[in-house]
Amino acid sequence: MFYREAGQFKTSYRADMTVFPITQDRIGIIVILLIAFIVIPLTSSNFMLHAVMIPFLIFSLATIGLNILTGYTGLLSLGTGAFMGVGAYACYKLSTLFPGVHILVWVVASGFVSAAVGIVFGLPSLRIKGFYLAVATLAAQFFLQWCFIRIPWLVNYNVSNAIEVPRRTLFGVHITGPEATPQARYWVVLTIVVVMTWLASNLVRGRIGRMWMAVRDMDIAAELMGIRLLNTKLLAFAVSSFYCGVAGAMLVFLYYGSAEATAFSINQSFAVLSMVIVGGLGSLLGSFMGAALIFTLPILLPQLMAGLGLPIQSATAEHITFMIVGALIIFFLIVEPHGLARLWQIAKQKLRVWPYPY
Amino acid sequence: MRMKGLLVGAVLASTAAMPAFVSNAAAQDSIYVPLFSYRTGPFANSGIPIANGMSDYLNMLNERDGGIGGVKLNVEECETGYNTEKGVACYESTKSKNPVVTNPYSTGITLQLIPRASVDKIPMLSMAYGLSASAVGESFPWIFNPPATYWDGLSMIIKHIAGKEGGFEKLKGKTIGYIFFDGGYGREPLPLLDIFSKKYGFETKLYPVPPAEMQNQSGQWLNVRKDKPDWMIMWGWGAMNPTAVKEAARIKFPMDKFVGVWWSGGDDDARPAGDDAKGYLTLNFNGVGTQYPAIQDIVKHIISTGKTQTQPDKVGENLYNRGVYNSMLIAEAIRNAQKITGKKAVTGEDVRRGFESLTITQARWKELGLEGFGAPITNVNCADHNGHHAAYMQQWNGKNWVKITDWIAPMKEEVRPLLEAAAKDYVTKNVGWPKRTEPCDRPS
Repeated sequence: MFYREAGQFKTSYRADMTVFPITQDRIGIIVILLIAFIVIPLTSSNFMLHAVMIPFLIFSLATIGLNILTGYTGLLSLGTGAFMGVGAYACYKLSTLFPGVHILVWVVASGFVSAAVGIVFGLPSLRIKGFYLAVATLAAQFFLQWCFIRIPWLVNYNVSNAIEVPRRTLFGVHITGPEATPQARYWVVLTIVVVMTWLASNLVRGRIGRMWMAVRDMDIAAELMGIRLLNTKLLAFAVSSFYCGVAGAMLVFLYYGSAEATAFSINQSFAVLSMVIVGGLGSLLGSFMGAALIFTLPILLPQLMAGLGLPIQSATAEHITFMIVGALIIFFLIVEPHGLARLWQIAKQKLRVWPYPY
Repeated sequence: MRMKGLLVGAVLASTAAMPAFVSNAAAQDSIYVPLFSYRTGPFANSGIPIANGMSDYLNMLNERDGGIGGVKLNVEECETGYNTEKGVACYESTKSKNPVVTNPYSTGITLQLIPRASVDKIPMLSMAYGLSASAVGESFPWIFNPPATYWDGLSMIIKHIAGKEGGFEKLKGKTIGYIFFDGGYGREPLPLLDIFSKKYGFETKLYPVPPAEMQNQSGQWLNVRKDKPDWMIMWGWGAMNPTAVKEAARIKFPMDKFVGVWWSGGDDDARPAGDDAKGYLTLNFNGVGTQYPAIQDIVKHIISTGKTQTQPDKVGENLYNRGVYNSMLIAEAIRNAQKITGKKAVTGEDVRRGFESLTITQARWKELGLEGFGAPITNVNCADHNGHHAAYMQQWNGKNWVKITDWIAPMKEEVRPLLEAAAKDYVTKNVGWPKRTEPCDRPS
């Protein structure tokens, strides 16, 4: 009824192949972008922006990164946290070695460092699959975290072993460091995330994305069709690590303000993996949904309960969150492996034919 | 139809949740004190008693005296799980309610928040943890870390060891092992340990414990058995402590030569090893037990009325009393701020001044109902935000901690130059670090 595409004719191949073939979707995405760019920063509280929206966007980007590897190419990785860490530490080193270059250049450039590290740890993926590959990436996680702790050069010989973010500006406005307003950071994060999501959506729809999916569905068949497995898998590792690296750099520079190696622990990897699973394997939209649910749930739950007149202890909220997230992961793995994204798709289909059942 | 019902439900739920975001500005006539705590996660065994002690003391002030200076305290805990991300979220969610102090209780969270303190005008109390260099008030006007830094702690331990060995010159040729949490917290004492080892001629052996491997230290202790150090020093926290004590007992390391810093001295750190832990030593700067009148007041007003999460038999344990000490510092700083400014509902800026001129004399300790609970706080001033106060050595007797030494003064002359250098280093690395503009109430 509200969501009907009758009468929308496609007269060219181009129109048929657009990302959003339905007019309502196009309007919807424009409205969402307008809300994200204008309404939210102007109306939200600093808490909402800084503690909810900024990390949500950053984790969405990391989830997209892992989704490219796990959801699109079918390679399970437990090293996401470490690859984010590589991005963060690379950004820190680069920005302190070359303070003259603009910080946003380094945020993006650190993704390339992360991609290079990702390629190295992706090499075993040609020979091993599934659980064994997961263990190999686990090795990356532990090895890289060990480096963050043990190589003092990475933290510029800081006694407290932490990386600290220098003050930097964009058009005269502080975007990193303590003086940066949440609004300024939010706009920077949002712009990077939107641009990179747009790139990712074009990547997965094109030749490269189809190669990844062919490898995911059956790598021998893909090889027989002339897809070079090594290149494809390494490309997936590189692109995935690039996204994770940029997310990690943003996490430290635009959100935390400084970080210790523990910020990139195995827990971070599992958190991002659960965002992928709950959001939906192989879906960009799902990456945002998963990040929204897993990240914002523990923050908003106590506020929600207090608002409902059931104030709970902060520790209890933590326990409840653990239970809910655990139950959600089991639920989605059993009932809907394609996650929230699939549920949204079903709802969309129903809306298209509503009020008729089919 | 069902969809509609769901939608209506969602809208209702979200409108109901709105007041939670708006009700922040209310209650002007109270002082908002957020306490970051962790009752969950791998550090909960250390975090729970501290959280209990912190909130019970402040709530007791509310019940007994009606707050501080007639103003009620609005005490609120925020769960961090010792997790930096959640700690930052806690900071953001409490910031809008005009907190008078930030109390992060994690070195990681402290490091994140140090640059923000001066921008948001909220002083930060990192009691004997956090960044040691923040003791330099010239560079860190908003950060306070009394009563002592990690470097002070190490110097006191070395002093104690030297005393037992019969003088500093006897340290020559000895081997001292250092088992530590492999993160900012445990690594901070390393430079000073290095200096001491060169100066006094003892050998150091390092046994780092990675955060993910806190409960599996068999490898480290195997090496300890091989290296046979004469003394072991520990910088541990959370699940690392009981594991280390158990492992030390398993390899039959002499417990009276195993010394922990103050954060390794929880009752639950030593208790799981049973009788084998007898003799284990840690530094401490707060009294243990329930004999203090103020602790009795907590029992009377809070514990027996059930206004707490504390189990009655845990009151008076070491880390519980550590939490009380922490809250006492906050309360005294607020009281001091009220005295300086003449205002009742003080702000963060006032409390910063309150901290900067904080003095707790022997007589004041008695007034607080905590006679002999801690060393007098006399050295905190604008230049020195730590004061380098004394601590004492306590020993586990199988059931309780027993004070076995008098107050040990740190080697301030060794520690202070290191602090100054570290602070200078921090400021030069953080280009654009603000110069101190805050006036000083009590010149040093």
